[in-house]
Amino acid sequence: MTASTVIQVRDLVKHYPKTRAVDGIDLDIQAGVCFGLLGPNGAGKTTTVEMIEGIVKPTSGTVLYRGEPLGRTFREQAGIQFQSTALQDFQTVRETLETFAAFYPHHMDIDEIIELCALGGFLDQDARKVSGGQRQRLLLAIALVNDPEILFLDEPTTGLDPQARRNFWDLVERIKARNKTILLTTHYMEEAYILCDEIAIMDHGRVIARGTPQRLLQEHFNDVVLELPEDIADEKFRDFPLQLLRVRGKVEISTDDVNAAVHALMERDVPLNHLRIRPRTLEDLFLELTGRELRA
Amino acid sequence: MKKFLAIFNARNREFLRDRSTLGWNIILPIVLVIGLGFIFSDTNKSMFKVAVLHDAATLAAENDPFLDTRYVQFFEVSDRDEYFTRVSRHQVDMLLDLTVTPARYWINPTSPKGYVLEKMLPDGSYERGVVEGEQVRYVDWLVPGILGMNLMFSCLFGVGYVIVRYRKSGFLKRLNATPLGALEFLAAQVASRLWLIMAITIAVFIGTDLFLDYMMNGSYLLLLLVTTLGAVSMISLGLLIAARVSSEELAGGLLNLASWPMMILSGVWFSLEGTPAIVQWLSKLFPLTYMLDGARKIMIDGAGIGGVWLELAMLTVMSVVFLALGAVMFRWKGE
Repeated sequence: MTASTVIQVRDLVKHYPKTRAVDGIDLDIQAGVCFGLLGPNGAGKTTTVEMIEGIVKPTSGTVLYRGEPLGRTFREQAGIQFQSTALQDFQTVRETLETFAAFYPHHMDIDEIIELCALGGFLDQDARKVSGGQRQRLLLAIALVNDPEILFLDEPTTGLDPQARRNFWDLVERIKARNKTILLTTHYMEEAYILCDEIAIMDHGRVIARGTPQRLLQEHFNDVVLELPEDIADEKFRDFPLQLLRVRGKVEISTDDVNAAVHALMERDVPLNHLRIRPRTLEDLFLELTGRELRA
Repeated sequence: MKKFLAIFNARNREFLRDRSTLGWNIILPIVLVIGLGFIFSDTNKSMFKVAVLHDAATLAAENDPFLDTRYVQFFEVSDRDEYFTRVSRHQVDMLLDLTVTPARYWINPTSPKGYVLEKMLPDGSYERGVVEGEQVRYVDWLVPGILGMNLMFSCLFGVGYVIVRYRKSGFLKRLNATPLGALEFLAAQVASRLWLIMAITIAVFIGTDLFLDYMMNGSYLLLLLVTTLGAVSMISLGLLIAARVSSEELAGGLLNLASWPMMILSGVWFSLEGTPAIVQWLSKLFPLTYMLDGARKIMIDGAGIGGVWLELAMLTVMSVVFLALGAVMFRWKGE
């Protein structure tokens, strides 16, 4: 453990009577890093995060915050946004923020949070009656109210429309710029790619890969993907020399030699007007590692 | 119809698969049936209570034909003055003196039961007596009961049910992720409900007092103390019930289990005078009993702090015990 390690997790296990939700996890999260925990639903992400947050008691294993077991210091310095949180009824957005601010010995200036999380437009509305995107921003604001050293975001953009999601990403970027350490779980690979400096991919309660997104992609792939529309007849691809997949409404050909691949396609007279060449993404890596589709 | 059945079945599954609630819904009626059966096990359930002064060896119909009346509970007493007071306070409906000729009877003219008993007396041979001292109207006797019952429901459900709802919705889990301690949270819940219900109770008492002019022979300050302690004890009981439950239906059942016996057995509606010993013993377990006894002693008897020390002590002990147990057992998350 180095001086800049904020969270250290060793051999963390959580067994429920019928499932092994988390089956031995080690993690180190360094200060100022946005760490992404990825995995399909049911992989054990939320259980892992809630053990690190001190909400769920581990079956075994240790979680240290700045070298110390979780305690009062951690609660005062952590900001937490759960996957779903009910708030108290009949409270305005501002009242909700002020209530939570009162729980901490030091809190961020309320007006600064309002500005940071763009809550200005609905401050006096009933907190139950705001839109999905506004609600997530309010929950983020509550998590930020104590100006936390470490911020936990558990699937913060699940269920949001693309625009609200992008707004939320901008917000997280602004928080990163304040040098906060962030632990983010998500099953959106694009989100992880954009926001995270380091990721760990979980499945069946274990970490199956970790590293920076770029390094993980380099390690696992040295090819690119050629995408063609799916309406091309199968006989065109008879005896095709390269690996070919029909997925997601497309025909995907992966290759490390684009020239050869295009040559083979031209030989078979495949129309190339809609040909698209893209690099490998985290989603490809995810599917390759977990062998299953992402489930939303 | 298909839609109706879909919802009907879904709700049935929800209910049947919630084991704790299901178990509760089976236990509650059994407890109620056994309990009520026990209370009303006397087949000649008396609707009226008559205290009788007499010289004969036994209390039998040959002494006086009125003693044969059904649904009237006759019991022998020896102290006339004491029972004057009880008649005037609606604890006994009539006092009958067979030691004199003609026989004399006393009722409280404001008592509906006294009126009915008077009409039931055989013609001619009885002389009407006047209860001496201040006569207590039924409403004077009833008002602590009604306000006390309202306070009990508000304290139990307003704290117990709400905490269970917070737990179920995940709001408690969110609070648990902050430095807020369980004691701070619980104390705030107690304080909030306490001042709200006290404000409401005081306002209703003062408002209705303007029209009904309740009898008040004691100190308002002492009455406030007994009522406050009663409210604290019942809020604490609500906390204890809600300490771990995360099903709203189970919480509702448990709260009903606590509130219904209190409503029936704490002397809200009728005096427990002359009820079986087990009922009187059971009533001693409920905080509402002590609160109502204390309030009536202060308002009607004009008791001072020395006259209600037992009530004050019991309410204090119950508050401390319930609160301590509730705080120790409290969990932010459901089981």
